[in-house]
Amino acid sequence: MTNSYASRGLRESATFDRATINDIQRAATTGIYDIRGWGAKRALPHFDDLLFLGASVSRYPLEGYREKCGTDVTLGGRHALKPITLDIPITIAGMSFGALSANAKEALGRGATEAGTSTTTGDGGMTPEERGQSRHLVYQYLPSRYGMNPDDLRKADAIEIVLGQGAKPGGGGMLLGQKITERVAGMRTLPVGIDQRSACRHPDWTGPDDLAIKIAELREITDWHTPIYVKVGASRPYYDTALAVKSGADVVVLDGMQGGTAATQQVFIENVGIPILAAIGPAVAALQELGVHRQVQLIVSGGIRNGADVAKAIALGADAVSIGTAALIALGDNDPRYQAEYEALGSSAGFYDDFQDGKDPAGISTQDPILAARLDPIAGGKRIANYLRVLTLEAQTIARACGKSHLHHLEPEDLVALTVEAAAMAGVPLAGTSWIPGR
Amino acid sequence: MDPRLDQRTGDAVTLTQAPVHIETVDLAVSTVRELNQALHATDDGTSWVVDTPAGQHNIAVGIDRDLDLVVNGHVGYYFAGMHQKGRVTVHGSAGVGLAENIMSGTVHVTGDASQAAAATGQGGLVIIDGNTGARCGISMKGVDIVVGGDIGHASAFMAQAGRLVVCGDAGEGLGDSIYEARIYVKGTVASLGADCVEKPLRPEHLAELAELLTLAGRTDAPTDFRRYGSARTLYHFAAVNAAAY
Amino acid sequence: MCGIAALQIRDVGLRASLGELMHGMLCGIVDRGPDSAGLAIYNDPTLTPAGTSTVTVLNAELTPDALAAALRDALPPAVGVTVTVTGFGETTLINAQIGTGALEDAITSILPGVQIAGRGEHAAVRKGTGHPLDLAELYDLRSATGSQGLSHTRMATESAVTAAGSHPFTVADDLCLVHNGSFSNHATIRRQLRAEGVTCDSENDSEVAARFIAWCLAAGDTLTTALEKLGSVFDGFYTLVVTTATSMAIVRDPIACKPAIIAETDAWVAMASEYRALAHLPGIESARIFEPAPGVVYTWTLDSTKELVTL
Repeated sequence: MTNSYASRGLRESATFDRATINDIQRAATTGIYDIRGWGAKRALPHFDDLLFLGASVSRYPLEGYREKCGTDVTLGGRHALKPITLDIPITIAGMSFGALSANAKEALGRGATEAGTSTTTGDGGMTPEERGQSRHLVYQYLPSRYGMNPDDLRKADAIEIVLGQGAKPGGGGMLLGQKITERVAGMRTLPVGIDQRSACRHPDWTGPDDLAIKIAELREITDWHTPIYVKVGASRPYYDTALAVKSGADVVVLDGMQGGTAATQQVFIENVGIPILAAIGPAVAALQELGVHRQVQLIVSGGIRNGADVAKAIALGADAVSIGTAALIALGDNDPRYQAEYEALGSSAGFYDDFQDGKDPAGISTQDPILAARLDPIAGGKRIANYLRVLTLEAQTIARACGKSHLHHLEPEDLVALTVEAAAMAGVPLAGTSWIPGR
Repeated sequence: MDPRLDQRTGDAVTLTQAPVHIETVDLAVSTVRELNQALHATDDGTSWVVDTPAGQHNIAVGIDRDLDLVVNGHVGYYFAGMHQKGRVTVHGSAGVGLAENIMSGTVHVTGDASQAAAATGQGGLVIIDGNTGARCGISMKGVDIVVGGDIGHASAFMAQAGRLVVCGDAGEGLGDSIYEARIYVKGTVASLGADCVEKPLRPEHLAELAELLTLAGRTDAPTDFRRYGSARTLYHFAAVNAAAY
Repeated sequence: MCGIAALQIRDVGLRASLGELMHGMLCGIVDRGPDSAGLAIYNDPTLTPAGTSTVTVLNAELTPDALAAALRDALPPAVGVTVTVTGFGETTLINAQIGTGALEDAITSILPGVQIAGRGEHAAVRKGTGHPLDLAELYDLRSATGSQGLSHTRMATESAVTAAGSHPFTVADDLCLVHNGSFSNHATIRRQLRAEGVTCDSENDSEVAARFIAWCLAAGDTLTTALEKLGSVFDGFYTLVVTTATSMAIVRDPIACKPAIIAETDAWVAMASEYRALAHLPGIESARIFEPAPGVVYTWTLDSTKELVTL
């Protein structure tokens, strides 16, 4: 395509490319910023820039399929009387009923349960479908407190206090009117059809000293049974992790800027926060300095796609990863079989990010009953379980090649970087050298 | 409410019934953890007295019983957080987040309450005889709040549902970005927040106000109040409102 | 992110109990900041004897005796200057019957680059890392007397857990600042102050506020005006308490998320992050208790007049 323009002597500006021109024209036409779903779409330093050093002579690999490579992870043992043990270190990230259809939420619960892992509510409360189908359900505690309910709090297997997410650290939530149906509005105590705004700060505490009291309150309400996670968007991960630990968190959830969202300003998604590759090292350093690495677990998210990403995140020091966008794709988001409908919406399979519009042909990011009915929660659950199994098997394959009997035995020394940038951000040597930039 | 009275009728308990046993917990001796655990495990219909709270945090959070509880002294953050069913009275003042996310029942504070009183409350009734700090009724979702004195700034921010009754004055930015909650103020309002406007006080409003004042044991005349609520201009994103978002 | 407790005593008869009352207040804010703490005590005749200057240094490389001996040698041999040096863990308190500037110069000539954490004729500043109640024992807080005092417990946000990062920050004679919250444009203000010739010791956000106020006061502003200017320049969330030889001022940012409660009687005025730190004060039952309004500077001086100015 570009070549045909080039052959005609036409030259596109790298600064004002066609997408930028379109953005400017759209802004001039509408007078309001662009809101969309998905996460950062720009190219960012990512796990692709890291490689594993498989065993050869100096180290011995483990035999695939026969020699054990454990994948379980226990979350929340620091203070909670009932920590969660998952079979695999890959969890489903928080996505609200409201942003997603009830069928999609149910499918995520079914898939997670079949694969032995947890799923997470979102900004909007817990649905019976989701609770019913999820063996391990993490209940998010967000600034809006939509649908916040002590009965559900006590039903949760873990509580995740959300301070931010990778797509928009420092920003609040948003759900446009098309998705505020009667059921969604009822759960959130809002008028039907309004454009719902969520606050960026919690209403009744600000800062780590008050967070410590808030965490103690949630522990008291749940009689100290339930693990308490603190989720932050990656921006200052060293300090945020240290303060979450000091405030009493059992688990820190760190979401990089590739992490998805249902609806946020595009300028926010693309320009605020740091990639997960750069965020894990500082968070792990904070945990190590406080002497709680692997006692306070670190769950990382934002751009996890395959088992290599899982293994790399764990090698850098994470205890588990979370998937959101990838789980939606596994469910059928952006599936080419809906190509004609994506085109009709002005998009294309592989490009569709208007999760805020509620017109998702795949029936996932919608509250339209006809569209939502397209997603069979049982079949969707199977797809999620399949995908989680593949991620796990892939991560195990890599870990065994590195001679590890458990995914958690992977370490930064198993990694090298392909680029100077990735070496500096991840704190591992440039391949073929012993050089870690900045060290 | 006097725990010795019948909770449904308000009458004195007749002599044919067994005398009500009142469990007393002294927080100079027992821990908040022990108290809360006992309150979570107790039966409906029990009565409790808590002494020496000394401003400790998270006292009586997560109650889900039809019980009566009286606290003698001041309480810290999140007193009666996520409260359900019971009737709770503090003879003293309360810290940040009094009765946050209350679902049902009654929480009554005879003194002042700090910031974020009854924040995100979904139901029930919160009565504060004195003043509150900032953000009273922030993101309220159905709770009724009656404040005998003044409330601080940014109160009823993003208030979604429920009624906030203020017998004194309201601080700056009252009801900013309010949804469908209704606010009644007897005194002055320093300023209204974005999208919050004065609305006419119609008979149905006078009736609900009278009922709330009576429930709170107050004698203020409903006609002395003014009503505030949402102008509903921010319900849908519009470029002309960009400055208000 | 932290706990603050401050007390100004108007009733002269109650000043013998300053340390005892402050100890009770400190107990009420320990949970808010367990990693380090600091104190400023005003007009304790033992800590800041009349007619002397007092300078606090952190992590001095000399023992108190060695430092005292070196100072006696370094100071001009005139009129028999008495030098007293007392060690309190990471803090060393130095008194001498000369001006603060001359004493500071003598100290830095012996200990080049040493961190000076307190200075003045009335205020004794001590701070360090560790549990606040352990530090209170080390500083023998309960025995302190005086006209006013300030305490701070710290949960460090973006700067290191060190004695230097502990509050109060004292960057001019008898001027102490404590902060609960976090500034979000302090780097720019630090650069502006440096351009004006102000030296900063650390990357700590609260130090910048202390430097800014000292800079305003040096230019002739009142404490109230200086805090009003701070409100127009600094972004962020803060509850600040600033004390001088005769005054105590309290201000919260215009959004006012960080907690603060003030109690006032004829005998004293007290401020704390939480009510529990005030509950034991004598006469608290009948005190006027209120939360400071957002963006309003409250100032009390020891002649008990109060200014109230809205930003």
